[in-house]
Amino acid sequence: MTTVIEVPEAEPGIVAPKSKSKGGGGLGRYIVIRFFLIIPTVFILVTLVFFLMRVIGDPITAAQGGRLPPDVLAQRIHDAGYDRPVLVQYFEYLGQLITGNFGTTITDRRPVVEVLTTFGAATLELSINALIVALAVGIPFGLIAAQHRDKMPDAFLRFFAILCYATPVFFSGLLLKLTFSVWLGWFPVAGRASTRTELTMSGLAAPSGIYWLDAIRSGNFTALGDVVSHAVLPAIALGLLTAGVFLRLVRTNVIGTLGKDYIEAGRSRGVSEFRLVTKHAYKPALIPIITVMGLQIALMLGGAILTETTFEWKGLGYQLVQYLNARDFVAVQGIVVLLAIIVAVTNFIVDIIAALIDPRVRY
Amino acid sequence: MSTPTLTPPRQPLFSRLPVISHLKKSVGLQRGMLIVGVVLSGLFILTSIFAPLLAPYGYSQLSDASGSFPTQEAPGGKHLLGTTVGGYDVLSRVIWGSQTAVTVIIVSVAMSLFLGVALGLLSGYFGGWLDRILVVVADAIYAFPTLLLAIVISIVISRGQSSFWGGIFSCAFSITVVFVPQYFRVIRAETIRLKAEPFVESAKVLGASSMRIIGRHIFKNATRTLPLMFTLNASEAILTLAGLGFLGFGIEPTSAAEWGFDLNKALADTSSGIWWTGVFPGIAIVLTVLGLTLVGESINDLNDPRIRGRKRAGATPGTPKTPGSPTSPGTPSTTAEAGTP
Repeated sequence: MTTVIEVPEAEPGIVAPKSKSKGGGGLGRYIVIRFFLIIPTVFILVTLVFFLMRVIGDPITAAQGGRLPPDVLAQRIHDAGYDRPVLVQYFEYLGQLITGNFGTTITDRRPVVEVLTTFGAATLELSINALIVALAVGIPFGLIAAQHRDKMPDAFLRFFAILCYATPVFFSGLLLKLTFSVWLGWFPVAGRASTRTELTMSGLAAPSGIYWLDAIRSGNFTALGDVVSHAVLPAIALGLLTAGVFLRLVRTNVIGTLGKDYIEAGRSRGVSEFRLVTKHAYKPALIPIITVMGLQIALMLGGAILTETTFEWKGLGYQLVQYLNARDFVAVQGIVVLLAIIVAVTNFIVDIIAALIDPRVRY
Repeated sequence: MSTPTLTPPRQPLFSRLPVISHLKKSVGLQRGMLIVGVVLSGLFILTSIFAPLLAPYGYSQLSDASGSFPTQEAPGGKHLLGTTVGGYDVLSRVIWGSQTAVTVIIVSVAMSLFLGVALGLLSGYFGGWLDRILVVVADAIYAFPTLLLAIVISIVISRGQSSFWGGIFSCAFSITVVFVPQYFRVIRAETIRLKAEPFVESAKVLGASSMRIIGRHIFKNATRTLPLMFTLNASEAILTLAGLGFLGFGIEPTSAAEWGFDLNKALADTSSGIWWTGVFPGIAIVLTVLGLTLVGESINDLNDPRIRGRKRAGATPGTPKTPGSPTSPGTPSTTAEAGTP
């Protein structure tokens, strides 16, 4: 761990001049440093989760405690190795993680990795849909708010943004379901697709698991319609949560850039106010959005758990709640650790993209 | 906070209190937002204090003198907001729920303030390996989905569900773990900045101990942003509490009323068109979070001179439209009303 931390410190003195003279030389180094920073993050979370889960006791007692006679239970605990010292178990667990073994669930005896591959695509699909909604709502509204700063549209949109934040996903989901599914009957109440479509989807060769992508690839447009109509409400519920954040971010940044000299110069040359916002002030304001998008991934995963439960969307979050209710802590631990890795890797990718776009980020 | 005698005359204590001083320097739209926020938060706190008087029934009451309550009864008559599938009175549970929410906010924010501030001050002032480890740990926790962390911790503490105080503490502690890194970051950054200030240097020269410098000189200066963080985190605490309750890791309905739990139970009702069991607790969450967020946001904006709107010097005839005049917060409050239902 010490080596990881010392690298960025050693950098400025020795390497900075070199990277300046070579131009793009800093990026490769930045990527390497940033990559190694993933390790302590994941390591700390794994350690934290492991010891927290062991505080409760061994997973087998938790899952099957009341149902098995004590001697059978003791035998099972012994077989699984949970009667050994915690530290031994911890290092064994770390070793398993490195080889990609995240454990086997207690309740249905499936490898955690398999759970991820089965249900991960659904969560990914939900997140992508929600991100589309968030960007489609957040960016234009943010631009409008910035353009009409401190006037009625701005006041209204800012209020809307706070409302987006203040409404829990499950409540907006409940309202959407109530209005559009139950009263208006426009969209189905829950699930990812109707049973027939699900069957068609599972019959496909090499499915990506993202239903709308699979439907387009196989050219099945009735299935596509079905999938999209199921996806609309969950995507809106989860997307609005992030849309509020994007709206405020775009607004603040565009207002910031609108005060810059080059905008003033454009204005004095007679560039229209609309064009100034959409062409000149808009692009630099997008860089922070990409950075924040990385932080939003964590928020979205949390939101996805709630959204999936609300809409019975059978993804990782939904599955996690099932395992939690079944007290299957091996499964919970595995999924949580996997999610930690996903969050860390996504943040890494986002940071690299931000560095590619804006060279000032590379230090 | 005794007033030092050597400083120039200050305004009375009342006008220096966080929210009041902000209200005084606010103007127009910002003032409107702040007022709406203060009113909503005030209502929330008052409801929680007077819950026993306001609520027509107890939070776990299933019957009264005239017999048991009907289940899933529509709003009106004896049950103003209807009853749930379990036969609870919705209005009573919404009112009692505010008490649970306030308790969790107070406990969690108090704990995270204490821990976060203490760690931030020590880590920032002394630096070294402790600082590095704490920063890496805080960053790791910070990047992790908060709800997931809260779930794990609430299982550890209560193994799911529990009594009133057990549930309150497990929720509050889960939220604390999520918040400590945030307080830690802010306070640490401030401490590092302040450490280089001349007044710290001179205190050192005078022979003040580290503890005295941290406690007396840095603490007061580093904690100026805390009222803001408090309001923002209070709203996040409510959302986390509701999220935990919604997933079934909250407090049992017989121990206390909790909005998230009620929404969970209401989810099944929606498909048969029963709206009152979910809509009212949901609105309670939204209004509470909205109020606290509006206060926090306004304080944030008003603390930043670049964003803060300024009072216009006199009513110049050239001023376009006048909703900006300090006396009429009309514009924002109308938007608020338009958006609330």
